[in-house]
Amino acid sequence: MSSEIFALDPLVLFTIIAMASGTYLTRIAGLVLTKFVTFSGRTEAALQAVPPAILMSVVAPAALATGAAETAAAAITAIAALRLPMLAAIALGVLSVVFLRMALTAF
Amino acid sequence: MNNSQNRSAIHADPNEFFLGVKTFFPLIFAAAPIGLLFGALSAQKGLSPLEVLLMGSFVFAGGSQFLALELWSDPLPWLSIAFSTFLINLRHVLMSVSLAPKLGHWTPLQKYLGFFMLADEVWAMSEQRAMKQQTTFSFYMGAALTLLFTWQISTVAGSLTGAVMGDPSRYGLDFAFTALFICLVMGFWQGRKTGIVLAASGLAAVLTYKFVPGAWYIIAGAIAGVIAAALQYDDKPNGFSSSSEILQS
Repeated sequence: MSSEIFALDPLVLFTIIAMASGTYLTRIAGLVLTKFVTFSGRTEAALQAVPPAILMSVVAPAALATGAAETAAAAITAIAALRLPMLAAIALGVLSVVFLRMALTAF
Repeated sequence: MNNSQNRSAIHADPNEFFLGVKTFFPLIFAAAPIGLLFGALSAQKGLSPLEVLLMGSFVFAGGSQFLALELWSDPLPWLSIAFSTFLINLRHVLMSVSLAPKLGHWTPLQKYLGFFMLADEVWAMSEQRAMKQQTTFSFYMGAALTLLFTWQISTVAGSLTGAVMGDPSRYGLDFAFTALFICLVMGFWQGRKTGIVLAASGLAAVLTYKFVPGAWYIIAGAIAGVIAAALQYDDKPNGFSSSSEILQS
């Protein structure tokens, strides 16, 4: 059991280092960039869209191209996310998908 | 990690350090369940608790860690994972650009060590603090170390218990990923313009996902959304504050 807990695949370690290096670069970028550049206008607007655009791209296939239950539950979660704390919205989304999957299988 | 930094922070101003811990405290209750979920899902994907601990400690960015799990398969697509992680974490560039001028008396070493832990929530709390006065290194470390320990403990705990939980789709937990990301997306909601960005990204991502193998759908969707944002730009100044509001919830 302990060997499983402390298992460390070299490729997994390499992947983690690659992820960490890229992430660190993005985190210190501001320290370097603010010395030289000021972002403004269209470039800033485009950069600000990067996070929602990426998150949407990640979630779109699972949310919109899996099935009717998942698409409906995704819509419920999205509306809930604007009104409820994040954990409550996630819980509501998970409950919705369980219910909708049962309902859609029954009919 | 960062023991000497931590000591010097306490030495410099213990009150600021503990204020950072105290300010961050409520966020533990939002971060810990997500850490448990991350640990449980990574156990499903075959990661060992040690690997989960290392990823949490060194990457320390929940969104990209969930994204990596989503792409995790055999053989491990490490290049896709690393590239997608970099892309999704590009938001940190904006976060650090925004926070960098608001730091009070940090040495260069403190800056480059401290920003290693610039997670969304740490950034949000530091920005909030900066509205009253410049964010001290001690305050920042109080918040950052609180989140780091919460994330390490909760992800490893999830990893250790997740293996006995069984198939997550039984409880609809496979959808928890999707629901989490929808919440993160909606956190950036600023009205109709965001809707157009999301529509462009979503459409490009789904089409690419259907017709192009691999993780390219993320890059395609990101580019489509960024183009949509650039095309919509007018001279109205845009606030960067809304993302911090959500991240606190």
